[in-house]
Amino acid sequence: MTPHTGYIIAAYAFAAVTVISLIVWSLLDHRAQRRALADLEARLGPEAAKPNRGKK
Amino acid sequence: MIALANPARFSAIAEKILPWLAGATAVLFAIGLWQGFFVAPADYQQGETVRIMFIHVPSAWLSMFGWTMMSIASLGVLVWRHPLADVAAQAAAPLGAAFTLIALVTGSLWGRPMWGTWWVWDARLTSVLVLFLMYLGVMALRAALDEPSRAAKLVAILTLVGFVNIPIVKFSVDWWNTLHQGASVFRVDGPTIHPAILVPLLINALAFTLLFLTLHLLLMRTELMRRRLRGLRLRAAESGA
Repeated sequence: MTPHTGYIIAAYAFAAVTVISLIVWSLLDHRAQRRALADLEARLGPEAAKPNRGKK
Repeated sequence: MIALANPARFSAIAEKILPWLAGATAVLFAIGLWQGFFVAPADYQQGETVRIMFIHVPSAWLSMFGWTMMSIASLGVLVWRHPLADVAAQAAAPLGAAFTLIALVTGSLWGRPMWGTWWVWDARLTSVLVLFLMYLGVMALRAALDEPSRAAKLVAILTLVGFVNIPIVKFSVDWWNTLHQGASVFRVDGPTIHPAILVPLLINALAFTLLFLTLHLLLMRTELMRRRLRGLRLRAAESGA
């Protein structure tokens, strides 16, 4: 323990909380979009699963 | 690059790469943290607080890396009209903001014991704060606009204008008299840091960079799904499904 241990712990804790929050948010958003897309594609049928190439 | 221009192909390639990138990131973080806490010695001037540098410096580098990546992507939006450019720019913004925030907060936690103050309005600290506000600004602008192609163009213009701040952040310590110390790694005459501290710093920098790239790929895939979802909903609404 040094007089500056508190600053070091606070810095690593802040970085860890920020990075973990970023990872969790990224994964949850990814999972939510994947589920929503799968649900909609299932509802619309096989035609919807094809890539949208725009209207001709 | 041409193959990657197809969003579906990009997404498939990214899906294969992501587990490897995530694994490499975890391994490098484990090595970096072990080196940073148990191998690197205390600095002769900073003492144990040098360990804050192992997260502060990589975050500060990534704060500039993120905006530079967004600026290149913005050129892709405005000049080359690459189909993935706006997706790349959009995915990089929250990551850049998060790492800029880490750089600001950890810098402040280092500054209090070393400089005797949490904050000074010197050119380096102020320009990084401006960079953080710019990240928030582009995210707010995108969120405020309903029309995606218009949002992409306006955000790209704002991003390219904001790129002016990147050399200001980088060279602020050379151009002005700042409390923040000058560059000590990327110098013409080589790094001024002892290898015992430089090696853990570079390992942590690589770990942070891989984390950024991993999350960037993941967020790009998510955004492609969101856009496809939006497109399908529109098609469904038009056809009355």
